[in-house]
Amino acid sequence: MIEQIIFYLFAGMLIFSASMVVVVRNPIHAALFLILSFFASSAIWLLLEAEFLAITLVLVYVGAVMVLFIFVVMMLDINQVTVKEGFARYLPAGIIVAVLMVISMGLVVGSDYFLSERYTATPQLDPNYSNARELGIAIYTQYLFQFEIAGAILLVAIIAAITLGMSKLKINKSINPNKQVFVKKKDRLRIIKMQSEPKAKNGESDA
Amino acid sequence: MITLPEVLSLAALLFCISVAGIFLNRKNILILLMCVELMLLSVNMNFIAFSHFLGDIHGQVFVFFILTVAAAESAIGLAILIVLFRKKNSINVDDLGTMKG
Repeated sequence: MIEQIIFYLFAGMLIFSASMVVVVRNPIHAALFLILSFFASSAIWLLLEAEFLAITLVLVYVGAVMVLFIFVVMMLDINQVTVKEGFARYLPAGIIVAVLMVISMGLVVGSDYFLSERYTATPQLDPNYSNARELGIAIYTQYLFQFEIAGAILLVAIIAAITLGMSKLKINKSINPNKQVFVKKKDRLRIIKMQSEPKAKNGESDA
Repeated sequence: MITLPEVLSLAALLFCISVAGIFLNRKNILILLMCVELMLLSVNMNFIAFSHFLGDIHGQVFVFFILTVAAAESAIGLAILIVLFRKKNSINVDDLGTMKG
């Protein structure tokens, strides 16, 4: 019973903060509400006995990704008037699509199928059970290649983000082949007209 | 005791809110990225719910990989956004139609 009360508390917090992310005017407030929704869903994951992933969500998402979001929001100088311009125009379409999706998903999820015997959780009674250990065993044996691919994806992301960020800065002395091909003689060589110098006297070579 | 349909309907509601957010915030690409994050969160919640109620750890492995890819995605997306803002001085989606796609 107490478990259910906690679940509904955090579920309400999650839905509230998610809808505030959508409707709020200031992007900084949207980012902060997104952080709140990550915290709420992390609490729900804890209730569902996914302890490692709940902590990972807080550490990786709130600690890294959302800080990145807030950095970007603060770096960009966004005009808030234009940002919310089309809000009223798209409101009916958005609400219609959302309601249709809620109805269709509710028909699927609300059926008795998911209440059946197959989907009742077995309570974890072993005091030595460790979620992180089980997850680690699965990742490092069965999913080893996929884990390495995930590492490669992160490496690509690092390289891509740094390259995109540095594209403006010219830190190397590379040449531009396009400019090099189109260079003309007059860009490099200047021919000037001048009086010829008188011939040097004997013994005074001005070489 | 929490039952499976409760968690599934919570995740479905979250997904619908973020879809509505993508419809509503057509002017701000930053909020669009946040809505994509919310969508991924709701999908992850479905994975964890099934992992818990079927007693199977493999759902959590999938959530782990989704978190990795989502972190990479948002990092690259924000970097592209910064470059775009430097060039166009705007994050309006309508101003980004130079490729006529």
